[in-house]
Amino acid sequence: MPKSCSSHIKVSHNYISEKVNSIPPSGIRKFFDLLSSMEGVISLGVGEPDFVTPWHIREAAIHSLEKGYTMYTSNHGLPQLRQELAKHLESRHCLSYNPDNEILITVGVSEGLDLALRAILEPGDEVIMPDPSYVAYPACTTLADGTPILVPTTEDNDFKIKADDIEQRITQKTKAILIGYPANPTGATMPKEELAQIAELARQHDLLVIFDQVYERLVYGIEHTCFASLPGMWERTILLNGFSKAYAMTGWRIGYAAARREIIEGMTKIHQYTMLCASIMGQMAAIEALKEGDSEVEAMVQEYDQRRKVMVKGLRAIGLSCFEPKGAFYAFPSIKVTGMTSEEFAEKLLMEEKVAVVPGTAFGQCGEGYIRCCYAASMSEIEEALKRMGRFVDKHHRR
Amino acid sequence: MKQIFEALEKDARLTPKQISAMTGISVAEVEKTIKQAEKDRTIVKYKAVIDWAKLGEEQVWALVEIKVVPQRDVGFDAIAERIYRFPQARSVYLASGAYDLAILVAGKTMQEVAVFVSQKLAPLNTVQGTVTHFILKKYKEDGEIFTGGEEAKRLPVTP
Repeated sequence: MPKSCSSHIKVSHNYISEKVNSIPPSGIRKFFDLLSSMEGVISLGVGEPDFVTPWHIREAAIHSLEKGYTMYTSNHGLPQLRQELAKHLESRHCLSYNPDNEILITVGVSEGLDLALRAILEPGDEVIMPDPSYVAYPACTTLADGTPILVPTTEDNDFKIKADDIEQRITQKTKAILIGYPANPTGATMPKEELAQIAELARQHDLLVIFDQVYERLVYGIEHTCFASLPGMWERTILLNGFSKAYAMTGWRIGYAAARREIIEGMTKIHQYTMLCASIMGQMAAIEALKEGDSEVEAMVQEYDQRRKVMVKGLRAIGLSCFEPKGAFYAFPSIKVTGMTSEEFAEKLLMEEKVAVVPGTAFGQCGEGYIRCCYAASMSEIEEALKRMGRFVDKHHRR
Repeated sequence: MKQIFEALEKDARLTPKQISAMTGISVAEVEKTIKQAEKDRTIVKYKAVIDWAKLGEEQVWALVEIKVVPQRDVGFDAIAERIYRFPQARSVYLASGAYDLAILVAGKTMQEVAVFVSQKLAPLNTVQGTVTHFILKKYKEDGEIFTGGEEAKRLPVTP
């Protein structure tokens, strides 16, 4: 063995900043490690579509490579993509954004979220968000020197965040409200009237709202309301969205932010030094998705809806209470009848029946007593998973 | 109701109970709709798509283009019927463009298909000419790719 490999220098501390040490590793990670050593597992633990990106979108990206589009793009992203997005936002939500300076192409919504928080937060600023919520919300807030303020949401209220609960937590330090609907992990959606109450709070207390609507296309039997389209909210909203969920493009890492000019400028400043630009191949694919992808989105939504119905009905049939999720591709059933914690349930279910789900606590304390089941799986997998879970719940039902 | 047929078109083996769970329509309603559709031939038949090549079975397919003279009153229908009654004609379409009828012909050997075209189709009264294209390989049939569709290569647990 070469000498350099074995000679480790001894250090007295681990060099990792307190800030990074303070954020927990994603609760999802632990399960991934367990799972990778097992066979025959049905996974309801994923957070992405089971469809491959529609062929015409992939083909457009291949064509762009053949044509030699392999360079950097503008920091803001390809002008044509921003123009298509401006048109898209206009036609879908009646929102008018200038593609030159009010839209930024990001590396997925994840980067958009990070940029938004870093661009607006002073150290100690507070950001109000629901609990449970997507794992990155509190972590990115902490990394941006902000303080996440969690608002408990409950099954009784279909995991919607209440304006009253937000108001109670507003202080001098509150800078923004961070919400994402349809929601990961619960599948909850917010009706227009209830978003309007949050808008009223934002107006009264002069707050920004970061609105993550990456699941906006995946709603079932309801209309999605974009927060920025509410009266007076265009100016206050940082709108985040991406191509991952609607067009089954998770691995392409293309998202975008839309907001008023000075906010996009601030975000772009960070983006240009840290990311430079999103990959041109992904941006090319995104243009094709926007121009020609609508019919596939509709077909996928129809498929998800069928699976959603089977999943929710099946969970209830095996004795787990489950509110009806009207968005995204998750069901969030209660496992309280078993008397187990979410983690225990998920771990035992994996070991005994080889079904992977994510414990609700991976998404916050209020996820205790719940598990996240993703129904972006084939119908036969869902049916088999439900059968196994039924056996498991029967066995462990608290008498 | 459309959802019932869309589900069956993708997978004919779905049970009324499964379709009911998928669509939210009651089992009784699903059963009734299917029964009615079978009766009025909205559902024409339930069949499997089989890759015969995989079984090593010799099968010859040809796409035959036929140019015909349409007849008074019956147009192309009479000649089409003449043709589709032959069991060798597996699909028969009226098409626009350089020819009128497109026919998929199946046989055990090339000879068998050739004989059918030259002795049964070509001599028909109103047929002006035929062009026969032998199928060399089937990649996809009725929406199904023979080598199998693609599976998303997902990690088992993701955020």
